[in-house]
Amino acid sequence: MTSAADLSPSYDLVVIGGGPAGLAAASLAARVGLSTVLFDENPGVGGQIYRGITSTPIKNGTVLGEEYWAGGALASEAKVSGAAIVTGATVWTLDPSLAVGVSIAGKARLIQARRVIIATGALERPFPIPGWTLPGVMTAGAAQTTLKAQGLVPDGRTVLAGCGPLLWLLAAQLLRAGVKIEAMLDTASRRNWLRALPHLPDFLLSPYWRKGLALLREVKAKVPVIAVDRLSAAGDGKLKEVVYGTGGTEHRLAADLLLLHHGVVPNVNLANATGAAHRWNERQLCFEPVLDDDFTSSVPGIAVAGDGAGIAGGTAAAERGRIAAIAAVRALKPEASVPDPQVVRQKLAREEMGRAFLDILYRPADSFRRPEGDTVVCRCEEVTARQVRAMADTGCEGPNQMKAFLRSGMGPCQGRLCGLTVTELIAEQRGLSPAEVGYYRLRPPVKPITLAELASLPIGEAERKAVER
Amino acid sequence: MFKRLHDTATVTITVDGQPVRARIGDTVAAALLAAGIDHCRTTPVTGAPRAPYCLMGVCFDCLVTIDGVGNRQGCLVPVREGMAVATQIGKREAGR
Repeated sequence: MTSAADLSPSYDLVVIGGGPAGLAAASLAARVGLSTVLFDENPGVGGQIYRGITSTPIKNGTVLGEEYWAGGALASEAKVSGAAIVTGATVWTLDPSLAVGVSIAGKARLIQARRVIIATGALERPFPIPGWTLPGVMTAGAAQTTLKAQGLVPDGRTVLAGCGPLLWLLAAQLLRAGVKIEAMLDTASRRNWLRALPHLPDFLLSPYWRKGLALLREVKAKVPVIAVDRLSAAGDGKLKEVVYGTGGTEHRLAADLLLLHHGVVPNVNLANATGAAHRWNERQLCFEPVLDDDFTSSVPGIAVAGDGAGIAGGTAAAERGRIAAIAAVRALKPEASVPDPQVVRQKLAREEMGRAFLDILYRPADSFRRPEGDTVVCRCEEVTARQVRAMADTGCEGPNQMKAFLRSGMGPCQGRLCGLTVTELIAEQRGLSPAEVGYYRLRPPVKPITLAELASLPIGEAERKAVER
Repeated sequence: MFKRLHDTATVTITVDGQPVRARIGDTVAAALLAAGIDHCRTTPVTGAPRAPYCLMGVCFDCLVTIDGVGNRQGCLVPVREGMAVATQIGKREAGR
């Protein structure tokens, strides 16, 4: 394991995040001789899609599926590439001068980079329903994480709810692992089909439609799939029942575990904190960084690759990482031989084909993105939809002012689980678009760091002089 | 709420002083779920119980005290033999 003291003071390329984009970028850059370090805060590389790829106890290849095992090649490539791969390393700041603050096992360092590739990926879209803070309610991604990394699967009455490709994949993986699923509550609006239809030809050309269709069949053969337009979790101190309905009907289903999923959105916290420009993506209903063809952000020297650049999936993420790395190599070591970026771009275009169809088909309904009443919006500070809406009505103009009024977004998660909801609620109340309302302005440290960690930063002559009398 | 598909080597940690068997490869949050511990903290505002929610380092609901350091993200810290985990009481109680 690499400790903070083992790090060089500077690197040609710092890659943040060890999922497909980060692994592909670090491998490519290190192989042609850029001094490269990759930081990932998890105990192992792989990101979420290839979580536990070097250590999973799941040996039966069919449970997780062949797409998962494809991640093994990326991890081994990175291992032999010459890049320093540092896990358990939390990046808590990155500034426009390309100084990277990282903390490893309680010790912090500031590393100077010549180029940075942010590959912090995606997180699950907030799914604010009544009761979503109860123990026993988790994200679908969480159940997939314990399956991949620990071989730990739901036990007891398990209900899946929401929509999106990952929900179907998780259902299939759990079934293959022998888990019983009581029901799949499908929130996808029937009307989405009509809107998605014009994009069907592109989707049929993508590699995903056969696999997708097979997954749907596999799950529907074993699990009752129920269309719902209302959903809540009920219980006192922990989940007891999932309450759902369509139209005027209401049903209650006893459950021990409810797994929620409404697609994934870019994890923008680090990129946003560097000051990089972001924009609203109306099709994917999220903010994403403004990037050029090489995935370089508005901050010179900082690129954002992978799903953090906009959702396109794991295979596309690796190609995006390669394109960003090629740009870094061309800037820092123009004589090095790199793959033709046009060829990589063509592969990427093929991977991205069909995304529009999925985005529209699995667009979460307005009622699931813009909650009402006492539904908690900000989990950390326990701020409700009613409070956010009322504050917007009294003239609160945006999410940053909302922080001052209600503390939404000011808890430990730093808006990751409420940011999009707060933006959409303000937009709805004020009759504006989410683009006009904007997002939280995030500031470092983007992950919590103790005073002891800050105090462990090496002290140089300049720091000593600054406090001398 | 969760069960294991495989047997792997075990380590023993303590949770609020009680010994809990965990497996090598577990994070603290995974070990708590596997042990059936139904919540790991209470919130600072209403004192409501919370359990791990995202397991990928973004929700901060799995905050616990690990070896005396508070507010650690349990889903990012691998278990180690003898590790002392304590659940957190978030809400300030006057006079305590």
